[in-house]
Amino acid sequence: MPIQYYIALAAVLFCIGITGVLIRRNAIIIFMCIELMLNATNLLLVAFSKMHHATALSLGKAGNAGIDGQLYVFFVMVVAAAEVSVGLAIIVMMYRNVHSVDINFLNRLKN
Amino acid sequence: MGLTSIIFWGLSVLAIVGALMVLFSKNPIHSILWLVSVFFAISGHYILLNAQFLAVVNIIVYAGAIMVLFLFVVMLMNLNNQTEPQKSLWIKLAGIISGGMVLLVMISTIRSAADLTGKQALMNEGDIGLIANLGKVLFSEYVVPFEVSSILFLSAMVGAVVIGKKD
Repeated sequence: MPIQYYIALAAVLFCIGITGVLIRRNAIIIFMCIELMLNATNLLLVAFSKMHHATALSLGKAGNAGIDGQLYVFFVMVVAAAEVSVGLAIIVMMYRNVHSVDINFLNRLKN
Repeated sequence: MGLTSIIFWGLSVLAIVGALMVLFSKNPIHSILWLVSVFFAISGHYILLNAQFLAVVNIIVYAGAIMVLFLFVVMLMNLNNQTEPQKSLWIKLAGIISGGMVLLVMISTIRSAADLTGKQALMNEGDIGLIANLGKVLFSEYVVPFEVSSILFLSAMVGAVVIGKKD
């Protein structure tokens, strides 16, 4: 499969995530859109890792070429899991204080 | 058109439709379930690229753990269509236009990139995604980041408990 297809798919998913962050007001949906953007970049990293492996194969020195991309995805998943646990704790705390998950209530830091 | 490309296009359509439904569902529960379907489609892409370890980890960690956590939080808060806050139409329109502009820039860049023409991603073969090879590299070259990520998890756990504690 040409690499451009994968880049286009990841770009579409990433831009849907950006649009979601811009147009929604529910904090949980915004958080889910950030997860969507992380997954788009993960898909792109795996596709590029396989592209690198294919180029190394055609040059005759395959080995473990391109394996670093997939390990990067592993670490991105680790960071995402840690981020979700803290972020959801913050959202639950915010709901307990203002009884809403609307991000427009969060502008009292402004003044 | 081979079987691989049929599966590729099917999974891509599923991922994009699911991602759009995440945005446009009024009910947060439906958004979460659509996002799970997006994660399954991305796992299918990983299997297609022969990254089997990442496919399984994606299902276990994202679809299994993270989305269940989201589901629990939404059910805890008792959110539904009536309490769903909505932005004004103009802000929505501006958001959609700016997101589409970013997409336009990205697509036109990758269409005209000379370095990418003729490059293929290796499908269905290549053994770098297998768990044995990933494990060997992870525990030899990347053992320090692996240990640091365990400290990150510990601090995230402590942080979540401290934030969520009633005071």
